[in-house]
Amino acid sequence: MSEYKSVKEIEKDPKKNESKKIEDQGILKGLEQLTPEKIEIVINQVINDETGARLKVYVDTCVHCGMCSKGCHFFLSLNDPKFSPAGKVKQTLWEILRKKGKVSTEFIKDAATVAYTQCNLCKRCAMYCPFGLDVAYVMSVMRRICHKLGVVPLYIQDTAHSHSATMNQMWVKDDEWIDTLMWQEEEAQEAIENLRIPLDKEGADIFYSVIGPEPKFRAQLIFQAAVIMNAAHENWTMPSMPGWDNSDMCMFTGDYEMMERLKRRHFESALNLRAKRIVMGECGHAFRSVYDVGNRALAWKMPPIEVVHAIEYYNELFEQKKIKIKKKFDRPVTLHDPCNISRGRGLHEMARNIVKATCAEFIEMTPNREHNYCCSAGGGVINCGPPFKNARVESGKAKAKQLFAAKAKGAEVVIAPCHNCHGGLEDIIHHYGVDMELKFFGDIIYEILELPEL
Amino acid sequence: MHNFYYFATGPLAWIAFLVFIGGSIWRFRELLELAKRKDSIVFEYMDTKFALRSIVHWLIPFGSRSMKINPTMTVVTFLFHICLFLTPLFVFGHVILWKENFNISWFTLPNAVADLMTLIVIASCLFFLWRRIKLPDVKYLTTPLDFIILFIVATPFVSGFWAYHQFPGFATMTIIHIISGEIMLMAIPFTKLFHMFLFPFTRGYIGSEFGGVRMAKDW
Ligand code: SF4
Ligand code: SF4
Repeated sequence: MSEYKSVKEIEKDPKKNESKKIEDQGILKGLEQLTPEKIEIVINQVINDETGARLKVYVDTCVHCGMCSKGCHFFLSLNDPKFSPAGKVKQTLWEILRKKGKVSTEFIKDAATVAYTQCNLCKRCAMYCPFGLDVAYVMSVMRRICHKLGVVPLYIQDTAHSHSATMNQMWVKDDEWIDTLMWQEEEAQEAIENLRIPLDKEGADIFYSVIGPEPKFRAQLIFQAAVIMNAAHENWTMPSMPGWDNSDMCMFTGDYEMMERLKRRHFESALNLRAKRIVMGECGHAFRSVYDVGNRALAWKMPPIEVVHAIEYYNELFEQKKIKIKKKFDRPVTLHDPCNISRGRGLHEMARNIVKATCAEFIEMTPNREHNYCCSAGGGVINCGPPFKNARVESGKAKAKQLFAAKAKGAEVVIAPCHNCHGGLEDIIHHYGVDMELKFFGDIIYEILELPEL
Repeated sequence: MHNFYYFATGPLAWIAFLVFIGGSIWRFRELLELAKRKDSIVFEYMDTKFALRSIVHWLIPFGSRSMKINPTMTVVTFLFHICLFLTPLFVFGHVILWKENFNISWFTLPNAVADLMTLIVIASCLFFLWRRIKLPDVKYLTTPLDFIILFIVATPFVSGFWAYHQFPGFATMTIIHIISGEIMLMAIPFTKLFHMFLFPFTRGYIGSEFGGVRMAKDW
């Protein structure tokens, strides 16, 4: 049952956020194999070989002023200094650099928990620190160290294993993938009779890729996308072989070698089919991995083939009048700007254009656009699984308040164009009793889409 | 006392300026070398237009949301930094020294204004001290060195004020004023005070990332 009824009740919550010790089997098992000597070697290897002036400047320049505190939803939610961005640096790299890597296994245990589960790598704090110090980068370095030490939360490490064994995040077998596409094609044929999900079509305008959890848990999104593509008369395709999954948990565990393999496979799938561009489903972290992190790791300053997030694509559909709607979605909506595509790619105005084109009533939540609060699930935090769920939802208190405020203004539906955000917001909405409905843009467009004449 | 005065205003002053300038150049060179070797990405993504866009927003009072939600801190930091830089450069007593020693001179602040600015610096330091002791998040981050730096910055202003008003013991205070000023200068390259030089680069880089890649504002 929901715990709170309003912002006031959250405010009055007497429960203190004592930092309960969470035991994670992945972290504990990893620690068993470590000695202080091994830790020191690995840390110095990462620091000396893989970092440079940026890390040094980020740690050295920090004047310990605390301006970044209010930039982080963890701090805003929990009001505990340990959760301020600079506070997290203090618990990780600050100590490590000061002690030149001579830290205990106990230290690594806490540092891993901080880096993997108490920072969403959302980069909001960089907009609040006067120096623009990038704490998310520092946390990524900590994760890299932990990955190399083999101290990674169990659940997210499992997704990373899946990536390396199957090239997708959810242990989807090759035949299951094709099966799912054909099944969704059949479903979609109920809406449009001759609808196809064209597999491996060469020279298509659009190479459509999704994240592993779509075929696994949210297969309806694939058929919705297929219906929209068909309604827009697109020349599109999806790959039948590995490379279809654009998600990337390895980016978040610190397994950069594997991240590179994943991104290369994804880009190559599209390039081998001589596709003109990649359009991706409504996912934030996958976009970050393709547009920002993975391509750089592969030494491409910008992606080797144009990558377009669903928001940009839908916006284009409306701008070019490629699809028509029957009527506008008539329940009042609010919009959650996912970090990775607003702060990560500036798509927030396009998202508002889509809202205007599709919804009758729009209520902004505040803060919004680049300043929106993260859902607390991003950066792989939700993928660290059940052991950390309660802590994660508690750190979403600021988000809950923000949602309550939008609800008080009349919003009933939250549009969140990102899978991670859906997961995170769902838990927050449920836990705090916000009682709002969550939707993707795809859900809304599908619902109001005028299907082409048969 | 006299000898010491001459040492402080003579050789030590030269040493202080040399350490300050030499040290700063050395730190910059070191960082630049490291960045060239290990962070070529910084040079790839650095973009003058976006860097300046970000820096300008952060140099305008209340130009960023962060400043808006921390209004007291914003007002104090701006006043503090302005006074911290301008007072020593334009206070009459300093300009006259340049005039006497090198025969160069420039605009000077009216004494009352310089006095007020000195008080602003001192009051700001007290405010920062209060933050370090009282605000839990700032307290958590604060190290002993942070207090020392605050002390290093405040001392030249307190002693300068004291000496100028000829309060009891002002002769000793004058010497303290000179030496503490020199210590502050020498501390800049080797402590967090160096943030004044790094600001344009850290801000500029994140501004470039946000502007050029992320296509978003960073203020
Ligand atoms: S990146 Fe986001 S979650 Fe991490 S410290 Fe900064 S604001 Fe907090
Ligand atoms: S705002 Fe920036 S300089 Fe201040 S404590 Fe946070 S990271 Fe450090």
